[in-house]
Order: sequence, then structure tokens, then C-alpha cells
Amino acid sequence: MTKFLLLTSYAGGAGNSAPMMDWDAEDVEAHVEFLRALNKELSERGELIDAQALTGPELARTVTSDGAGPPVITDGPFPETKELLAGYQMVDVESQERAIEIAARVSSAPGPGGVPIQQRIEVRQVMGTLPGFEL
Amino acid sequence: MSRGPTSSPPGTEDLLRALAPQVLSAVIRRGGDFAAAEDAVQEALLAAALHWPREGVPASPRGWLIQTAVRRMTDQIRSDQARRRREETAARQDVPDAVAAGRDDTLILLFMCCHPALTQASAIALTLRAVGGLTTAEIARAFLVPEATMAQRISRAKQRVKASGIPFRMPGPAEWADRSRSVLHVLYLIFNEGYASSTGPDLQRVELSGEAIRLTRAVHAARPDDGEVTGLLALMLLTDARRPARAGPGGELIPLAEQDRRLWNRRLMAEGVALLTGAMSGGTLGQYQLQAAIAAIHDGAPRVEDTDWRQILVLYGLLEQLTGNPMVTLNRAVAAAMADGPEAGLKLLDAVSDRLAGHYRLDAVRAHLLELAGDRAAALAHYRAAAARTTNLPEQYYLTTRAARLGALTRNPGQGNTAAGLG
Repeated sequence: MTKFLLLTSYAGGAGNSAPMMDWDAEDVEAHVEFLRALNKELSERGELIDAQALTGPELARTVTSDGAGPPVITDGPFPETKELLAGYQMVDVESQERAIEIAARVSSAPGPGGVPIQQRIEVRQVMGTLPGFEL
Repeated sequence: MSRGPTSSPPGTEDLLRALAPQVLSAVIRRGGDFAAAEDAVQEALLAAALHWPREGVPASPRGWLIQTAVRRMTDQIRSDQARRRREETAARQDVPDAVAAGRDDTLILLFMCCHPALTQASAIALTLRAVGGLTTAEIARAFLVPEATMAQRISRAKQRVKASGIPFRMPGPAEWADRSRSVLHVLYLIFNEGYASSTGPDLQRVELSGEAIRLTRAVHAARPDDGEVTGLLALMLLTDARRPARAGPGGELIPLAEQDRRLWNRRLMAEGVALLTGAMSGGTLGQYQLQAAIAAIHDGAPRVEDTDWRQILVLYGLLEQLTGNPMVTLNRAVAAAMADGPEAGLKLLDAVSDRLAGHYRLDAVRAHLLELAGDRAAALAHYRAAAARTTNLPEQYYLTTRAARLGALTRNPGQGNTAAGLG
């Protein structure tokens, strides 16, 4: 089994680019329900490690430090909000193909009017342990 | 590895784990379906871990566990009163303690847990719980996933076993070869997972290699004449023997060529060689015997320069014919380079470069062989490509270090050559 992190940013997709707060309530509800059902399915299959949504860019901070002086902390809003991470799923699956299949499901989550948002989902493999036998 | 709130004396834990498959088989025979019986046996094992250290081990530990498990199971089936009475009566009867039957029971359970209908991950988890007697929490820790995730995986696997309607008996001669291959592969994967992670300082993790060896010993006891079972056990022992030398103090990977061979475990090596010699004297050679034979040759070389690469080359050739696995060809290329020079190895790599295109192991091996051939610039490029694509951290560290060292030499060629280690 291999762990993958599926990352969703605030950038929209071909199906929608409006921020969720501008959607109709029922569209928001349908979107959230879609993801909840997907996560439930992954959980029942024993594939889901964790799924979290992150608080908005307004609460984000960036931090840099030279290790000596006090750290430099930058508050939002940031110019490139769309690139910020909105949420993630960590899955533990048989293959990269399966991770991609799940990412495709996430990307097809409905937006306004039930149109799939087609967001870009970043699929990143978590570094694993060594291959065992020194064949 | 403690099962309950009170930590059991070491003997109790071993006894429980050894009895787990026998007890489960007995409970299934008493009319329980596999899924319900497995849950009940887990509860009985937990109860024993709690009570025995305080109250002493009962006169018949096996009978105690069977009775407790059957009682738990019948509690679940209250609606069926007749069945309950029947099973409780059965549970009170003396349990025939046939060692041979116990051995076969372990095998039958392994065949169920490693059924081809299950994914490999499910088969591994179910095997460790139902045959190994590990708790879900221990298995979850071993595979670094949350307990809830592992619980789902096990429960799904049990449902699938139930749905497939696999009867609780030995597979017939027609399916024996296929089914036993699945069992050995699952045991191989369990060992591999444990061996792979044994370089980390993570003491929380159950020792999976030891568990795989224990289960393979049980299969070997039931089928001592099966050459591949013996071969797999020998392979595990011969590989496990090198464990003490495999990692540095910080957990960093030490490749075979650079290991301090004085740290290798002589006792395991001797046992592995003895098993292998017996297995190879009869019948056809399988992949585990061949892998074990290669491991034995490495183990038999007091210094890396004493390694009999020509014999290893022959064995990899046989293994390649048998499996058609391109990863085997990579290893054959390394052996060819050591036996006949780097050019011979590089030539073999060309044969698999299409099939393994983009795989970091191909780049890593090519880099090693190019370095041996003295082509530093090309070696550097392939070390970098391998480091960029590897999927595990110790190897990334190793490849990056190798690339950095070679980069410095390329810039400053006066420093001379260092021997390339084998990955």
C-alpha cells in the first residue's frame, strides 16, 4: 500500500471559478454532501487516513526565520489566494492508478447548478520505506 | 507488544499467539462463520491476556480459549436458542488435542486469509489478525495507519471471505499450486514490510519480519517437503541475518557492499543454509529457493570482494527465466558488471530500459555501473534522475549523497576515485 496526499487549492476549474460564498445554498449543500459521501466510501474501504478542510486565507500566516532574530510573520490577504491549499485527503491505496481514480472523483465534485467544478487536484506520493530484500 | 492494560508475562503472549489459529479453526468447526468466529477469538485472546497473568494459565489453555470464544459468539446469536445450546454443549466437550490437525488448521486458515479474491493489503491484515493473533491496533501501528482505517480493512476482508463462500478445508490438488503461491507471497510481503522498516527507530511497530518468520515456520512444519515453503523460510532467515549491519546509528541505509559483516547473525545464516541445502536437493527450483541461494552466496562471503558473482549471475539468470520480472534483470545486470565488468552490465540494462522507463531503480543501477565504468558525468546525471524519482527517504538520501560526492569529483578530478557501492 502506498500513501498519497490529494491536495485541493482555492483555484476553481473549467466548471466553476466563483467562490463558494457566492453559490446558492443548495449548491453548497450538494457539494459538501458529495465529498462527505466520497470520504465515507473511502473510509469504509479502509483507504482513508485523513481528510481535512483548512480555514480560509484570511486566517493564514506565512512565517520565515533566519534562526537568530525574531521570525518574520506575514498576515493575509495574499495576492495569490487561489494557489493556497483549501483542503486535503490522505489515502493509503494499492496503486497510483487508484489514487488518480479518487482524485478524479474529487475533481468532479458538483459546483453551481450541479456542474462538475473540474478542479485541479494535486496527487503527491508520500515517501515510503525502503524496498526490503536486497535482491 | 502488550495486549491489554496489564502487560502479560512474555510467555503468555507467545502462547496466545501460537494458539490463535488452532482456536479459530476449532470455533469455525463448531458452526461459527469465519467473520463471527474471528471476532469471538480476538475477544477470547484479550480476555486471556487480562486474566491469565493474575489468575494463572488454565490447565488446558486451548480449551479455555475455545470455550470463551464460543460463549462470546453464542452471546451474539441469542435469537437462535437451539443453536446456542448445541454449541455450548459442544464447547464443554473435551477438545481433542491433535498436533497434526492443528498444523493443518493453520494452513487452512492461511489459505482463507490469502484468498485471491482479497487485495494484497487485505490479505496481509487478515493474516496477521486471524492467524498471527495480533490486535487491530498492533497491525495498524505496523503499517502506520489509524486503527479505524485498519479495522475497516479487516472487516471488509472478512465480509469478502464470507461472501466468496470459501469452504473451511484444504484446497484440492487442482488449485493447490495457485493457492499456496498466494499464501507464500503474502508471507513474503509481510517479511518485506518488516525488513524494509527495520532501519527506523520506531519501537512502537510490531516486529513484522519476526512475525512472518514465525508464520512461515508454521507452514514449514505442516509441509516440510514443499521446496518453495522451505526456500521462503531460508530466504527470510538468510536476509534477516544481515539486519544488525543494515543501518547506521542514525537509521541510514548501509548497502550490502559496505556492511560490517562481522555483525551478521551466524546462527540464522547456518539455519538458512541447512534448510536451503535440503530443499534444493529435491525437485524443481522455485523463485524463493533461487532468491535464498543468492542470499546464501552473499552471506557466505567473508568480505565483499570474496563474493562469487559468477554464481550469482547464473542464479539471477534462472530467476529471470522463471519470473520474467524486469527488476530481476536489474540485479542480473549488477551481477554481470561485478563478474565481467561494467560494460556487460550496461548492455543488459538496455534490454529492460523500455519496460522500466522512468523507474528510479533503473537510473540508480545505471548510475552505479557508469560510475564503475569511469563515466562520471553520465553517472552523475543518472544519480540525479534516480534521486528525483525515488519513493523512499533513505534511498533519496543515499542517492543524493552519491550524486553530491561524484559532483565534487567531477569538478575536482584530482581527488581520485571511490569504489561504487551496490544499492
